[in-house]
Amino acid sequence: MISQIAFVLVLAAAIYFIQKRFGRIRKNINLGKNRDFKDQVDKRLNNVLLVAFGQKKMFKRLIPAVLHLMIYVGFLVINLEVLEFMIDGFAGTHRIFAPFLGGFYTILMNVFEFLAIAVLVSCVFFLLRRNITKVPRFFNAEMKGWPRLDGNLILFTEIILMIAILTMNATDQLLQPISDHYPTTGELFFSSLLMPLFAGLNESTLIVIERFAWWFHIVGILGFTIYITYSKHLHIILAFPNTYFAKVEPKGHVNNMPVVTNEVKSMLGLVSAESSAPPTEPGRFGAKDINDLTWNNLLAAYTCTECGRCTSECPANITGKKLSPRKIMMDTRDRLEDVGNSLEKGGPGLNDGKSLLGDYITKEEINACTNCNACVEACPVLINPLEIITELRRYVAMEESGSPASWNSMYQNIETNFAPWKFSPSDRFNWAEEKK
Amino acid sequence: MNIVTMAEFAAKGESPEILFWVGCAGSFDDRYKRVTRAFASILNSLDVKFAVLGTEETCTGDPARRAGNEFLFQMQAMNNIQVLNGYGIKKIVTACPHCFNTLKNEYPELGGNYEVIHHSTFLQQLIDSGRLKFEGGAYKGKKITYHDSCFLGRANDVYEAPRALLIALDADLIEMKRSRKTGLCCGAGGGQMFKEPENGKKDINVERTEEALETGASTIAVGCPFCMTMMSDGVKNKEREQDVKVKDIAELIAEAKGLS
Ligand code: SF4
Ligand code: SF4
Repeated sequence: MISQIAFVLVLAAAIYFIQKRFGRIRKNINLGKNRDFKDQVDKRLNNVLLVAFGQKKMFKRLIPAVLHLMIYVGFLVINLEVLEFMIDGFAGTHRIFAPFLGGFYTILMNVFEFLAIAVLVSCVFFLLRRNITKVPRFFNAEMKGWPRLDGNLILFTEIILMIAILTMNATDQLLQPISDHYPTTGELFFSSLLMPLFAGLNESTLIVIERFAWWFHIVGILGFTIYITYSKHLHIILAFPNTYFAKVEPKGHVNNMPVVTNEVKSMLGLVSAESSAPPTEPGRFGAKDINDLTWNNLLAAYTCTECGRCTSECPANITGKKLSPRKIMMDTRDRLEDVGNSLEKGGPGLNDGKSLLGDYITKEEINACTNCNACVEACPVLINPLEIITELRRYVAMEESGSPASWNSMYQNIETNFAPWKFSPSDRFNWAEEKK
Repeated sequence: MNIVTMAEFAAKGESPEILFWVGCAGSFDDRYKRVTRAFASILNSLDVKFAVLGTEETCTGDPARRAGNEFLFQMQAMNNIQVLNGYGIKKIVTACPHCFNTLKNEYPELGGNYEVIHHSTFLQQLIDSGRLKFEGGAYKGKKITYHDSCFLGRANDVYEAPRALLIALDADLIEMKRSRKTGLCCGAGGGQMFKEPENGKKDINVERTEEALETGASTIAVGCPFCMTMMSDGVKNKEREQDVKVKDIAELIAEAKGLS
């Protein structure tokens, strides 16, 4: 009975914190500008299926793809077991499905155990890759401190959660012959290999270990879920919506600014009475802070797994420029969290005297981008750092007139000579006369 | 060279098969003017009925848009669209991937709807339809590597047409380590062509040129005026201008056909 009450309390507390955090994240994302995504539903669903469920983009790099797939499938399938944990926790039962499912239960548990081992092995590999072989993309400037710790903590937690499952199953199997409370599960292959470790122990010690492992696993999962909301690991949930809302136009397409279209049309005297009718919301040109970006960019910032595939393909970053597309996403997220935390405490939020451009992302970074789309192509969850870079550049160019001097001359050339270089427009057709 | 402008076509009440959008680099850059002439001479030799806008053409606005000056971009776009729509243009071919991308993907939202093709795709279509033929492999056994333009490749998924042309020329096509979807930028996109690079360890075009030279190819084929400049500068930087040439695919075809 006590354990049932404890379970309900733990679960209630976890749910409270989880929903509170998700509520905050939702509010933070809604700080962004509105944008409609009713178009091209087929393509969007296709992206969710192929890229999020099917992990298509991960397979550009085979070894991490396979290891990641193990963890992903393990995560999905092992969580089915949490259902049984829940019922047992509420009802005070033990392995409530075992008697009903019989031999099928044995198969199911063996599958879970196989996946637990696969997850464990993959996580160990990933830890080694991160820390011993030092894959370069995990060591860029923006990966110091918390982001690096975060990556390691996630892997470490997953490993101990899997060890808890296996320990639980091993002691459970030892208890089955000696205690009525423990229904038979049939032989569970992987955990039975651990049984010798606990073989000499008496019944009560075994029960303590089994119960501890059970509680550890369920509390661990709940705690991990809360942790995820503060971590780059959010991608396990947000990858699905993010792939849905990802860009479906060709990568070369830059989002249009209808506000500018209206102004340009009226300057050129092209507006007809009807088309000028809907007044578009004014506001800033481009983005200085997170609320100038559209909400899908902010969702993307929370989705970013900090894997650095984007940065490792970025020509600017490869050649030592400050720009890192991963950092663009991490900075956007940091700014969102800072503003959100401030609002949570009744603070000034966006009006704290800081902004995404300037205090988080510098002009030097955005000026280095070649719009090559390598980052966009590389991202396994269809994040588009280039959209944010373009919006920031728009703010600098149109609100601050702060583009680099040579860009300002390029603008001037286009305005006066209709070409980005200083040539006379009347010479444009000379190529046809000149011979070589 | 006999080049007919759209105004002349319109005056005669005729319409061309295609409009050849030359672009600013193709009109003003000495190196790329040679590409423009090579492509035009191929079209002339095959009796493709094409027009150019001549002095009526202006910058698509691409560099302004990518640098952030949306006003200037849209001014340019609207003006160009008025001219193009005024002539009732349906099909545009261009040798510049930046113009290609902007005309194809960004003008429709502003009222300009055309079928837009990069010159590599157009040349491939001419080969496929049997209009463009080659006798004897002019480039047989010659090692050529192809550098993907970001605005053609990743931006618009055109990877195969330029390669198909090189293969049709019997060249020994060697890929760089980073190619197609993972091709490395030449460093000129996104307005970089018009400014000095930010501080760093290395110039992007040098990094890319080194990769191209590693293939051992004696020709680096490109399909973009900016890539042309960046790769040529890279080859100069590596002091290899003597034995390594940077050529546009249209130039390679024109040479094979004895047109230049
Ligand atoms: S688009 Fe910009 S940020 Fe992305 S990889 Fe290319 S240069 Fe880097
Ligand atoms: S933006 Fe995408 S590729 Fe870049 S670090 Fe985040 S998840 Fe990885």
